[in-house]
Amino acid sequence: MIKKITALAAMGAFLAAPAMAADKVKIGFVTTITTPAGVIGQDMVDAVNLAMEDIGGKMAGLDVELIIEDDGFKPPIGKQKVDKLVKKDQVDFIGGFIWSHVLLASKKSALDSGTFLISSNAGPSQIAGKQCDKNFFSTSWQNDQTPMAMGEVLNQNGVKSVYVMAPNYAAGKNMIAGVERTFKGKIAGRDLTKWGKDAQLDFSAELAKAKASGAEALWVFYPGKAGGALIKQYEQAGLRDTMPLYTVFTVDSIALPKLQAGNLAGVMGSRNTQHWGPDLDNPQNKKFVSGFKKKYGHYPSFYAAQSYDTIFLIKSAVEAVNGDLSNKDGMRAAMKKADFPSTRGKFSYGNNHFPIQNFYLREVVADADGVWTTKIVSTVMENHQDPYAAECKM
Amino acid sequence: MDWGLFTIQMLNGVQLGVLLFLLAAGLTLVFGIMDFVNLAHGSLYMMGAYFCATLVQLTDSFVLGVILALPLTALLGWIVELIVVRALYTHDHLDHVLATFGMILCFDTAVDFIWGPTGMAIPLPEVLDSHIDLFGGHTFPVFRILIISTGLAVAGFLYVMVSHTRIGMLIRAGASNRTMVMALGVDIGKLFALVFAVGAALAGLAGMLIAPITEASIGMGNEIIIVAFVVIIIGGIGSIKGAFVAAMLVGLIDTMGRSFLDQLLKVFMSSESAETSAPALSAMAIYILMAMVLAFRPQGLFPPKVR
Repeated sequence: MIKKITALAAMGAFLAAPAMAADKVKIGFVTTITTPAGVIGQDMVDAVNLAMEDIGGKMAGLDVELIIEDDGFKPPIGKQKVDKLVKKDQVDFIGGFIWSHVLLASKKSALDSGTFLISSNAGPSQIAGKQCDKNFFSTSWQNDQTPMAMGEVLNQNGVKSVYVMAPNYAAGKNMIAGVERTFKGKIAGRDLTKWGKDAQLDFSAELAKAKASGAEALWVFYPGKAGGALIKQYEQAGLRDTMPLYTVFTVDSIALPKLQAGNLAGVMGSRNTQHWGPDLDNPQNKKFVSGFKKKYGHYPSFYAAQSYDTIFLIKSAVEAVNGDLSNKDGMRAAMKKADFPSTRGKFSYGNNHFPIQNFYLREVVADADGVWTTKIVSTVMENHQDPYAAECKM
Repeated sequence: MDWGLFTIQMLNGVQLGVLLFLLAAGLTLVFGIMDFVNLAHGSLYMMGAYFCATLVQLTDSFVLGVILALPLTALLGWIVELIVVRALYTHDHLDHVLATFGMILCFDTAVDFIWGPTGMAIPLPEVLDSHIDLFGGHTFPVFRILIISTGLAVAGFLYVMVSHTRIGMLIRAGASNRTMVMALGVDIGKLFALVFAVGAALAGLAGMLIAPITEASIGMGNEIIIVAFVVIIIGGIGSIKGAFVAAMLVGLIDTMGRSFLDQLLKVFMSSESAETSAPALSAMAIYILMAMVLAFRPQGLFPPKVR
């Protein structure tokens, strides 16, 4: 009898909770679908759709509605889309954001309305530091961290001088600051190139300067199609023999298939740093990578891994409050625990809601089927927290 | 001053100039002779790159790919002229802009349908994919030398065609006074179609030459078409010679700005602000040149004689 009553009560509680709140979880996802950078956005959307399938389209028994928006690689459009998601769709969570400048322009609209904002990629220093917010979370990294790991790698390899190149926008500057933060040698020269919809793709002048600077190595940050272009031109200029290439966010599973199709073997063996890799050994990542490859026929990128994590982070929050979406404090507390299966394995959140996590050195190799991918070589930084966390009063 | 580096950067500037010339030549003829504003010229540049990428993958030969893709792009240009452009000659410039902007959207979407959004790489044969050693330890990619020589050859060919052949005479006459050419009994429709197709092939060639350096991607032409318009405005609309000189000027200014402006700015600025403002300033430089040309010589540097 008592057993029956408890069971009934439990059932009642279980049924009642969702009934009190909204009938579905609304998630907005802002990324770049058009412009050539749309390739990245597509990878993210693919990962989000896969995650939705893997959770059966439900969180804590509630249906999940996903609204995907295109920022067109432009900060003002990103902001408009966030305004629309907040005011018209009244979403509970907004995820996505490839680009730091788009995120910086859009964040106020989301955060002022009390909506949870989750960056699935961009990690500008401002949000990690002084402008940190209780409702902002990252499933990626702070921009400086990955290049900081690369700076360490340069030190370990005994590189004395390096020439750095990055696009001229918020993240490009963070990335350069990051590598300069840890690299102990000399920065032989710096180039910031035009970025955005009409980004510079021909780096002939910059590569000639790099070569003339006499630096021992070349360090670059070129996400998306610019990365492939840069590597090709690096090869064609014959720099491979004289200036080893170190990259962050440039050689990934978006660039590699194209480089392989073009047979640019020079990229083989090149090294980059990242918080994740398709071969990272944990159950969630195995499930994700094999599921992604099965569904889309190619390796997921780190953008995809972070987007996949975004959905699982949201799920952990919704489940912690039993689907009571009005309980923002409860959801925030749950997300802060980072108690969800992440593709990068277990990690924790810092005071600024950026992950404290490992960074690995990865090498470009061919897998068993001859497909070019990356393999983790070593751990460069363990449980690393970004340098701006101290500026965040939270 | 490092003269070796300076020479390399001059070559890089010339290479960019040559590419711009290939694009601007067609654009300036179409604008000058037919008085037709073709925003979709950049789409033909993109189509050339995609045709070439596909053919290179099929034939495994870059040279063969280019040779086959050239007439294909010309054919596409001819079809576009026949179906869309021909109906628009009598309309004003705003209609041209609207229609050709629509064409850009159609081409971009068509590419997305046929080839997907990822873009395509064009693999080069080993000979072209390497570099040659210049004096003082400097090197220069072989493929960029090929771009420069192809562009100069095309410029020479166009010069001979425009200045020393009957068809060139008609083109020049058309640029100077269209109505008079028609009145003299020339089949202006055929001439227009020919010029449009040749312009398309030249734009396509530029696309084929840049794609092995960057890649064939959606919207690649929309980025460069603005610069091509700057070139023809500086050079004088309708003038091949003007297009050539202006393309070289723009190519050199852009490359030299990117190469040396930051060092120049560092003389009187902090090194950080110099590095941030140099790319912005060098991106602006060609527009400043255009504004100056428009202010002091609005007809451009080498306008066709007598309108």
